[in-house]
Amino acid sequence: MTQLELRNLTRRFGEFTAVDGVNLSIESGEFFTLLGPSGCGKTTLLRMIAGFDSPEEGAIMLEGSDMLGVPPERRNLHTVFQSYALFPHLTVAQNIAFPLRMIGTAKTAIARRVDEALVQVSLAGFGRRFPNELSGGQRQRVALARALVNKPKMLLLDEPLAALDAKLRESMQFELMRLQREVGVTFVYVTHDQSEALALSHRIAVMKCGRVEQVGTPAEVYGAPRNRFVADFIGECNLLDAEVWEIEQGKLALKLGEVLAYAAQGQPVSRGDTGVLALRPEQIAIARSIAPSAELNRFSGTVAELLYRGEVTVYAVDLQGGGQMRALVPNSAPGHERSFKAGDVVDISWRIDAGLFLAE
Amino acid sequence: MAAPAFQETRRGANWLVAGPPLAYLLVFFAAPMLIMVLASLRNPGDFGGLAPVLLEDVAGTHLNLSVESYARLASEFLYTRLFLKSLGYAALATLLCLVIGYPLAVLIARSEKKHRNLLVLLVILPFWSNFLIRIYAWMLLLGPQSGLSQALNSVLNLADIEPVSLLYTPFAVVVALVYVHLPFMVLPLYANLEKHDSALLDAAQDLGANAWQRFWQITFPLSLPGVYAGAALVFIPALGIFAIPDLLGGTQGIMIGNVIKQQFLDTRDWPFGSALSLVLTLAAVGVAGLAAALGRKARA
Repeated sequence: MTQLELRNLTRRFGEFTAVDGVNLSIESGEFFTLLGPSGCGKTTLLRMIAGFDSPEEGAIMLEGSDMLGVPPERRNLHTVFQSYALFPHLTVAQNIAFPLRMIGTAKTAIARRVDEALVQVSLAGFGRRFPNELSGGQRQRVALARALVNKPKMLLLDEPLAALDAKLRESMQFELMRLQREVGVTFVYVTHDQSEALALSHRIAVMKCGRVEQVGTPAEVYGAPRNRFVADFIGECNLLDAEVWEIEQGKLALKLGEVLAYAAQGQPVSRGDTGVLALRPEQIAIARSIAPSAELNRFSGTVAELLYRGEVTVYAVDLQGGGQMRALVPNSAPGHERSFKAGDVVDISWRIDAGLFLAE
Repeated sequence: MAAPAFQETRRGANWLVAGPPLAYLLVFFAAPMLIMVLASLRNPGDFGGLAPVLLEDVAGTHLNLSVESYARLASEFLYTRLFLKSLGYAALATLLCLVIGYPLAVLIARSEKKHRNLLVLLVILPFWSNFLIRIYAWMLLLGPQSGLSQALNSVLNLADIEPVSLLYTPFAVVVALVYVHLPFMVLPLYANLEKHDSALLDAAQDLGANAWQRFWQITFPLSLPGVYAGAALVFIPALGIFAIPDLLGGTQGIMIGNVIKQQFLDTRDWPFGSALSLVLTLAAVGVAGLAAALGRKARA
């Protein structure tokens, strides 16, 4: 069931258009992420949903009713702010009780629900502490408990993990997914971190310059990016300038500089179209020599650089026909890492159906 | 032994910095306090001032000290009443300063950054003219010829009520107390409010708090240190002031400061004046201590 629908939403700040004709529908119970680089309008979009900002054009329909002119305190959508915005003069329990007190919940009910909320975010026994006596991760949990305690229609999260260090961020990601599953509240999550978006979301809207470039499941936006921006922004991607040379039986022959490569036909294209061939580094195999095959594109090249990352090694290979490709090789067993050095002559290959031609 | 030598130097440097202000306070604050404590325990001189500490008579030389001044202060209810009245005026002025100053401080703190300094300047602008001149101005503003008095009395006349005087009344005293001390309330409040994180108000609104709830649940409790600081800065000087009641208060508007001034300059009973001063100082210290304690609690 569609819970939130954004219709042609537009917000301008003077000459600058922060949000430009966005249409989105978010399902009830979904973990939905707005992903994009900073300045892409994702936070403005979230603030408009929360009611702190209003659009110049378009409508925000929440459960069928127009939110235009409804102030934030009457939308019953709660936000988890990047800075957490915990009230410093109130204890943890009083912070969590705040939304309940605002609607006049009975004292005994407040005490019970605050205790439940504390247990839910694994902070039982922390009720009497003040926010400045907590660690970053604990503050984050309090902010979540406070936002969830009176069962909002939706939870809006504005880069909630940005202030945490990498290790803590990962454990909070698991925590967020567990919480969302348990409470069943729709999460609208804003982040610029593509790996976070892929890990957490049911669906992702990739944004750029105020527009939505693609909406889809993590597998869709990663595996079938609609354009060059999405391919480049989500994960790592080799993007090679290409021109459609020939179309034969659902296969595209692409001219990459002076050589030909094959790719599966996705979007309808015609001869002479230009664009890029998008290839994920993990789709590329690298070896001293690779036997030719009808299912593979195969090229020779020279290892230009390598990055040892522990679990994988990333090779940058200069192709003989010009251009550079990155290939990602898992380090399967000790002793097998760094099997090539810079300057080694190697073959690289990828399955014909792995590459994706994106017309421009 | 480089470290102890370094420590010695540092201690020396600390004294060098702290020494002059400390000496200043000793000479001009602690010593006069001590002199006043001693003066309050002496007897008044025959022609004003203080009688000698050592008295020679037929029985020989003996100490001429007494607690007569304190006994008088305690036994004559007039003085207790004057103290209570002064506390009342000062408290009322403080409350009015808070009620008037708070919205003003909020307004300045929430105005655009580039305008704030100008607005603060406007708040302290009255300090640029002399205190007494400003009080004389109030004599004109509240006097019988003033537009305010005449407008008020013409309205009262319509309702068939005797005309009233605004000048030389407790009303005039409280008005001037508020006027003079308002900046001392606004500045600490502004300094506090300006530091508030606006995200807290967004969060409160997001969690269902309306404008009224946002003020009483978030802004006001967080501003308490500023409220206490401002209240102390208004209350303490207002408690001891004598120029305002002297010029504007008439006979009903008199405060304890006037009596103290009289003891020193007119009646020339220095021991009693010292005793009154000391009690006033203790009351002020008590209020300041209370404000500091409350402020600490609010910050914690």
